[in-house]
Amino acid sequence: MGFAFILCCASLGQYFCDNLEFIPFMATSRGLFGSSLARKYWMALTGLFLCSFLVVHLLGNLPLLTGNQETFNAYAHFMTTFPLIKAVSYLLYGSILLHTFDGLMLARQNMAARPAGYVKYHGAANANWSSRNMALLGTFTLLFLIIHMKSFWYEMHWGNVPMYTDADGAVYKDLYTITVAAFEQIWYSLFYVLAMISLGFHLWHGFASAFQTMGWSHPRYTPIIRAFGYGFSVLVPATFASIPLYILLT
Amino acid sequence: MKFTLNVWRQNGPQDKGRMETYQVDQVSDDMSFLEMIDVLNEQLIGQGIDPVVFDHDCREGICGMCSMFINGEAHGPGRGVTTCQLHMREFSDGDTITIEPFRAKAFPVIKDLMVDRSAFDRIIQAGGYVSVNTSGNLPDANATPIEKPDADAAFDAATCIGCGACVATCKNASAMLFTSAKVSQFALLPQGQVEAADRVLNMVKQMDLEGFGNCTNTGACEVECPKGISIENIARMNREYLSASLTSK
Repeated sequence: MGFAFILCCASLGQYFCDNLEFIPFMATSRGLFGSSLARKYWMALTGLFLCSFLVVHLLGNLPLLTGNQETFNAYAHFMTTFPLIKAVSYLLYGSILLHTFDGLMLARQNMAARPAGYVKYHGAANANWSSRNMALLGTFTLLFLIIHMKSFWYEMHWGNVPMYTDADGAVYKDLYTITVAAFEQIWYSLFYVLAMISLGFHLWHGFASAFQTMGWSHPRYTPIIRAFGYGFSVLVPATFASIPLYILLT
Repeated sequence: MKFTLNVWRQNGPQDKGRMETYQVDQVSDDMSFLEMIDVLNEQLIGQGIDPVVFDHDCREGICGMCSMFINGEAHGPGRGVTTCQLHMREFSDGDTITIEPFRAKAFPVIKDLMVDRSAFDRIIQAGGYVSVNTSGNLPDANATPIEKPDADAAFDAATCIGCGACVATCKNASAMLFTSAKVSQFALLPQGQVEAADRVLNMVKQMDLEGFGNCTNTGACEVECPKGISIENIARMNREYLSASLTSK
């Protein structure tokens, strides 16, 4: 049902994109909008931007691992009120939406490019698993993101969050208590760990793939980018996953 | 050697198609895969059954016509070979072998294992050429110096035989490896610079119009390519297209 809905949205979006002649700079599939390569550029750029977000997000959440309620609440307060961060956050929301939308469009075109499938297809013979399942991994990551944002982002902005007074008398929303309470539920935490494994596989292929898509390929630097990408895709999701596990186990 | 063959049979473009099972024996391990199909067809003709239609021409790995998807891989399990260069010694006696046509929306099946790959021709027509005056005052071939690494890379790209294995093997049926090889062989040489921006824009546009899928950078194409064309060419085309998009009028 959900998948049918997503396909319907993708079809409508595709129709919209195919009929953009009324906007002059989108009139042709040559160029930076509409063509297959253009879609890929946007996928790569938004993907890399989202990777940079992951690093900032991870650093900000590290106080959860030390049980530092005050630092974490101050960080959450800063991230939701500081104007520059607010401005960047809109870029972030836009990137998530564009990455999702373009991903759906591309997946839909890819499915249409082979209407009759093979009886026998030996995909593992020539490509690794994560590279062949980016759409699936991305969909699962999106599902996680919706639940994650409902739990914390939505609650922080519009929910009923208890208040916290720090040592200097400043009053913040107590996101720390909400976070700890959420991760003390075993199923919720396990879902997070599973989502981080999925994200890890997505990044395993996605990180270096973004550089290839942008044409940033060089015999000297590509192996370094690839190695960095593998490290990134293991380290970042693993550290994220350690947060719910740490809270659950202590 | 004896084999059980599961072969895709399809009477024409409109037919739904189905797998049929045949037995072949008296196959020598020195036979090429196509010779084995020849044996099968002789047998089928003897039984009054329509022989299996398949594409082939040179049978020495340079024409790119033999387009078979064997046991789930384009041109079968061998690396760096076309179907005509795949020998039966690569298989074990008694094996069951699944043989299908290359499958893509842009490569419609004509009959059985034969597909129409003229979409590639239209991509070439869209920009895979250089406009040079070939009558009268021809310049000396060595008048324009070209650096050896560039010449080598251009030549490597130009070894693409347009067989379509990249499309067949790609999970998205993308023609990026083919198109990028054709873009690269000109982009690397001074003679290709005059039309460089238009070439890449027009060839990618035609590639999209033909209904090929998008590149996911799985790298499957370069593994299955009988000529070992590298996906570095795809990165080069991505660069060429990006700069052409930003600068073309």
